[in-house]
Amino acid sequence: MAIKQLSVFVENKQGTLCGITQVLAENGIDMKALTLADTTDFGIMRMIVTDTEKAGVLLSDKGYLVKINSVVAVEMENKPGALSEIIAALGEAGMNIEYLYAFIAVCGKNARVVLRLDDNEKAESVLEAKGVKVIRE
Amino acid sequence: MEQRYWQKEIETMAYEDMRKLQSERLREQVKHVYTHVEFYRKRMDEKGVKPEDIKGVEDLNKLPFVTKDDLRECYPYGMLAVPLKDCVRIQSTSGTTGKRVVAFYTQDDVELWENCCARAIVAVGGTDEDVCQVCYGYGLFTGGPGLNGGSHKVGCLTLPMSSGNTERQIQFMMDLGSTIICCTPSYAAYIGETLKEKGYKPEDNKLKAGIFGAEPWTEEMRREIEALLGIKAYDIYGLTETSGPGVSFECQEQTGMHVNEDHFIPEIIDPDTGEVLPEGAKGELVFTSITKKAFPLLRYRTRDICVLSRKKCSCGRTLIKMTKPMGRSDDMLIIRGVNVFPSQIETVLLNEGYAPNYQIVVDRVNNTDTLDINVELSSEAFSDTVKEVTAAEHKLADAIKTMLGINPKVHLVAPKSIARSEGKAVRIIDKRKLHD
Repeated sequence: MAIKQLSVFVENKQGTLCGITQVLAENGIDMKALTLADTTDFGIMRMIVTDTEKAGVLLSDKGYLVKINSVVAVEMENKPGALSEIIAALGEAGMNIEYLYAFIAVCGKNARVVLRLDDNEKAESVLEAKGVKVIRE
Repeated sequence: MEQRYWQKEIETMAYEDMRKLQSERLREQVKHVYTHVEFYRKRMDEKGVKPEDIKGVEDLNKLPFVTKDDLRECYPYGMLAVPLKDCVRIQSTSGTTGKRVVAFYTQDDVELWENCCARAIVAVGGTDEDVCQVCYGYGLFTGGPGLNGGSHKVGCLTLPMSSGNTERQIQFMMDLGSTIICCTPSYAAYIGETLKEKGYKPEDNKLKAGIFGAEPWTEEMRREIEALLGIKAYDIYGLTETSGPGVSFECQEQTGMHVNEDHFIPEIIDPDTGEVLPEGAKGELVFTSITKKAFPLLRYRTRDICVLSRKKCSCGRTLIKMTKPMGRSDDMLIIRGVNVFPSQIETVLLNEGYAPNYQIVVDRVNNTDTLDINVELSSEAFSDTVKEVTAAEHKLADAIKTMLGINPKVHLVAPKSIARSEGKAVRIIDKRKLHD
């Protein structure tokens, strides 16, 4: 089973981002991975957090537009070329990566990335077949 | 400069004579519509007014008003007052899907309309020696056909350019030596800017005058266009419902537009009570067309706010003058010459599955109107990918374009982020400051 990602609509206005991080801080929710996609008009903040459902409800209550969906998270050795192997494997399987981003902290000598694809289960089995460690928590 | 007129007798007619002529024509018109149009018969009967009660202009206020909604309900033939075989033309209001008004013209109706436009052309100094470039849109829009007809009547060499294709506009203007240009003021400014960019100076063209209408513009914009093109810029007013451009026109004094009141009787009313206001008062402009036969309108509410004045004009015309429209008594916006009602945008939002939480921001950048629409994003339309949110924006923009006929820029914004004053959203922000 893929892991849950929380996405929040970020209006291009002063204070929006701060408001989001404050809600999480006040409620002791830890961000394990995050990325901010931006356009001229708006941004989308995507996160892997400790309690996705709770964070989603808290932010919704504050008027933020949130969405929870599944993404694939994998762990690899923190060395040059490691990510390249993963991307190549998915490419060979004909899978398209919508976006990807890295976890905030490295885990021992390993690094972790989040991948957004159309078919998470297929991606997981493609990667596992290649010996890639898929994270499920 | 010697003052010339197209129909001098009418244009300089003494007030008493004009009133007599109007009264005569009004009596005829009321009889005509009462006999031939069920809508008027019903409305007048409801008010207890018979055609014989209308003896002259002084009885005008006994007649019921006609609104745009009435015209829509009568679509397409409900207002027709002559047999269809006597009609030779239709024109229609601009780009308002589902809310169109179709106006019919007999040959005589076309004639009188073109004469009104000819008066406007002569008033700015037009003669049969002029080259008149008409770059209003042709087709259902009245701008092109109206000025085209007027230009023919005056005997100008007429260039039926229609709008757009600025390169070609400039090529013909320079090569054929256009002396009069007719278009929307924003397009005139755009042509002027383009000429400047190409390195032309105002004195390089042969233009002497421009007749600009179909959208609101300021005195400031007039001076700008005059400087850019090296011309005198004149205003013209009209609406499809009454015929098209030429209902009123500016003379060389440039202090308001002479109403062709031998065809269209103007009144100013209080938009809330319908009460007729005295000359000089600001209020809603109402027109009664007293000569048009196919699609005659009695007391049509234009929703334009202006002031009428009979003050003596130095041009010698005695026709009553109206100011530029100073606003609207409804929420209609005129954007790039197209009439836009917020309710149309609301309809699209609902059709596309959005809550009607939106804000329309209209501005004018480099003399061109811009339309930005902020729409509150719904959780259904929100996605974790930028691609999908952007696609939703584009889909909505396309749907709005189909409805309005002009391209908006749609911005999806956070829920409840649109400013609300006293709990009610502020729907329209018009930054153009057209009416100060």
